[in-house]
Amino acid sequence: MANKRIDEATGIETVGHSWDGIEELNNPLPRWWLWTLYATIVFAIGYVIVYPAWPMVNQATEGLWGWSSRGQLAGELKAEEARRAATLAALATTPITELPAKPELMRAAIEGGRAAFRVNCVQCHGSGAAGSTGYPNLRDDDWLWGGNLQEIEATLTNGIRHPGNDATHQSLMPSFGKDGILPAGDITAVADHVLSLSGKAPANARGAELFANNCAACHGPDGKGQRQFGAPNLSDAIWLYGGKRDQVEASIYKARAGVMPAWTGKLDPVTIKMLAAYVHSLGGGEDFAPAPAVAAVAAAAAPAAGAGNGQN
Amino acid sequence: MAKTEPAGSAPHYVPREAVFPKVMDGPFRRFKWLMLVVTLTIYYVTPWLRWDRGPHAPDQAVLVDLANRRFYMFSIEIWPQEFYFVAGLLIMAGIGLFLVTSAFGRAWCGYSCPQTIWTDLFQHVDRLIDGDRNAQLRLEAAPWGATKVFKRGLKWSIYLAISFWTGGAWIMYFADAPTLTVDFWTGQAAPVAYATVAVLTATTFIFGGFMREQVCIYMCPWPRIQTAMLDESSLIVTYKDWRGEPRGSVKAREKNPGGIGDCIDCNQCVAVCPTGYDIRNGPDIACITCGLCIDACDTVMGQIGRPRGLIDYATLDDCEHERAGGERRPILKTVLRPRTFAYFGVWAAIGLGLLFALGTRERIDLSVAKDRNPPFLLLSNGDVRNDYTIKLRNMETRPRPMSVTLEGLPGGRMWTDEMAQDRAARRLDIAVPADQTKPVRVYVVAPQGTAQQDFAFVLAAQDRDGGGDRAETRFDAPEDSQ
Repeated sequence: MANKRIDEATGIETVGHSWDGIEELNNPLPRWWLWTLYATIVFAIGYVIVYPAWPMVNQATEGLWGWSSRGQLAGELKAEEARRAATLAALATTPITELPAKPELMRAAIEGGRAAFRVNCVQCHGSGAAGSTGYPNLRDDDWLWGGNLQEIEATLTNGIRHPGNDATHQSLMPSFGKDGILPAGDITAVADHVLSLSGKAPANARGAELFANNCAACHGPDGKGQRQFGAPNLSDAIWLYGGKRDQVEASIYKARAGVMPAWTGKLDPVTIKMLAAYVHSLGGGEDFAPAPAVAAVAAAAAPAAGAGNGQN
Repeated sequence: MAKTEPAGSAPHYVPREAVFPKVMDGPFRRFKWLMLVVTLTIYYVTPWLRWDRGPHAPDQAVLVDLANRRFYMFSIEIWPQEFYFVAGLLIMAGIGLFLVTSAFGRAWCGYSCPQTIWTDLFQHVDRLIDGDRNAQLRLEAAPWGATKVFKRGLKWSIYLAISFWTGGAWIMYFADAPTLTVDFWTGQAAPVAYATVAVLTATTFIFGGFMREQVCIYMCPWPRIQTAMLDESSLIVTYKDWRGEPRGSVKAREKNPGGIGDCIDCNQCVAVCPTGYDIRNGPDIACITCGLCIDACDTVMGQIGRPRGLIDYATLDDCEHERAGGERRPILKTVLRPRTFAYFGVWAAIGLGLLFALGTRERIDLSVAKDRNPPFLLLSNGDVRNDYTIKLRNMETRPRPMSVTLEGLPGGRMWTDEMAQDRAARRLDIAVPADQTKPVRVYVVAPQGTAQQDFAFVLAAQDRDGGGDRAETRFDAPEDSQ
């Protein structure tokens, strides 16, 4: 069988087997290749021992090191929590009114709020916080219950018309049509008056009288609204439920009473604070602390925050 | 190299034959000394050069600041989006290799390749500890005794020290060298610094100390590429066999004048070769064209009273010419040929292009990203607001005052996160810190009834140097304002 011989044409030894007269030259693998193969085998044995490897009935063998991808994820989450702990602790002890004086903390709060907003708020207010009919646009300068930091935080904490929360924003507009308080013609007159406040309809004496008697208590004699009642400004350009006459009439007929859950108990106070900071940062937030940085060119020539940490 | 053996008996694995090159003085040896000193000095010293860039940028002359994504080289600062400068340099380096190959053959391999330089350095260490070739051969053959253990231990320790220094110098290019040195020895440096030093120490130790010529012969792709690039007009180190053959001793020549060539078979050319190659076998991948065999042969030719140049730099064409009895051609004629000029032209064109780009590049930039969700919103007074994030880039290493103004959009005004809406204006003054991109949230309002339209933000530097940029964008508005 083993008829090893030297092949004359190539000068290479054959492996010694012959199949129908066909022989094979003995060209062994390069030595480095073989050693690499052996090394991978040794590695594989070690791998099987220390890592989960053999599939069993319910789960694979655990391995000496006890590694698992879940465990790794838990570890990473724990490390991330530890990294954020200091910032969150600082946020917990800082009243929201003092945030604007601490730009670093404010920035962290806004970014944290941005993340929490995507989970908890976008369902109604939209991913761009622009709202939709019945759900307020949080970017604009119109606030039903107040638009400075502590007012937004209070609204978030206790919600709007949230049952069972004593501190929740509470007000009730009568359903003028449904409950038969005003007849249909009067509702049209009031609607016309409301539209006239922003110049969208001619003045209307009957409507003005009805408005003074029925609406001014909450919305104010000039229709500019009152935030302690969450009564919207009726003289501006923003219409939460639509600004066409039939939409205004519908609002008077059946009244509007939007709700938002009280987030206390659902979210921790720090998250609520971060959400308030985020909503406040969207361009319509009120009561800004005077900012020295912008428009003061000379001041900004002062030492910057360190070269090179601005990214492009 | 592997001896030619009868067919069939060649072993499948040929063990390495250790090379113990002899030291031999001569012009090429002296040139190699020069290259050794110059290249190693550049490598070890460069990170320690300082370059004042003012208080807002590092003062290291050459620094690859990966963490902050900046590359400093003397007065030049490269941002990541300007990486084409580095790409251009790499292309120049590649074509430069072609150019050198076209003009001087494997000069890179022979004189400036790190593998050559460090191998040369380590071979000098060998000579320092073990003595020259013969002493090294004796020690290699000697049994392991106290002397051999001591000498090997000492030699390998020096190898290791050089290797460590090599790896240690490399990381200095990536951080402030003095700070990193302190951090490194106090255990404060980044893990990647220690890992890099460890890897480079190991590779230098193994490649320079032990693998040496095997890297050139078996591992490096460059000799293969060069084999393809060399032609009959390329300078290579050649043995002029028509003059040297048949070989014979001085005595043999005396006995048989005219019948014996100049080569006395003294083997000095092989003894000095750093890769252990016998150049008399013809051109080979193992010949890195360092010229040490030329030094050796010229010395011997001088001793036996024959003209120098039995082994010499020459092209294959020159060899044919000389073989046929022609005069030796000047080297310059080989260097100055169309291919060399073509490579030089391409190389120089890229270099000039890069210089031009470097001279005219803008160090100030404005980009605008418009919020699309929502595209616009109404304010309580009926005004339409669009939100933008504008990025003001200041690539100078000093803070710069800049202004942003609205171009177009009649009645439009803007304000930022850092100011109240009642201060909205058509112009914002913003100070941009040194060497940074400053993002600014900008709210632009236009009066009720403004139609959707294009407009632009215009950036202008407000210091002496001036300069600026312009970014067009769109203002969205409701189609029919109620």
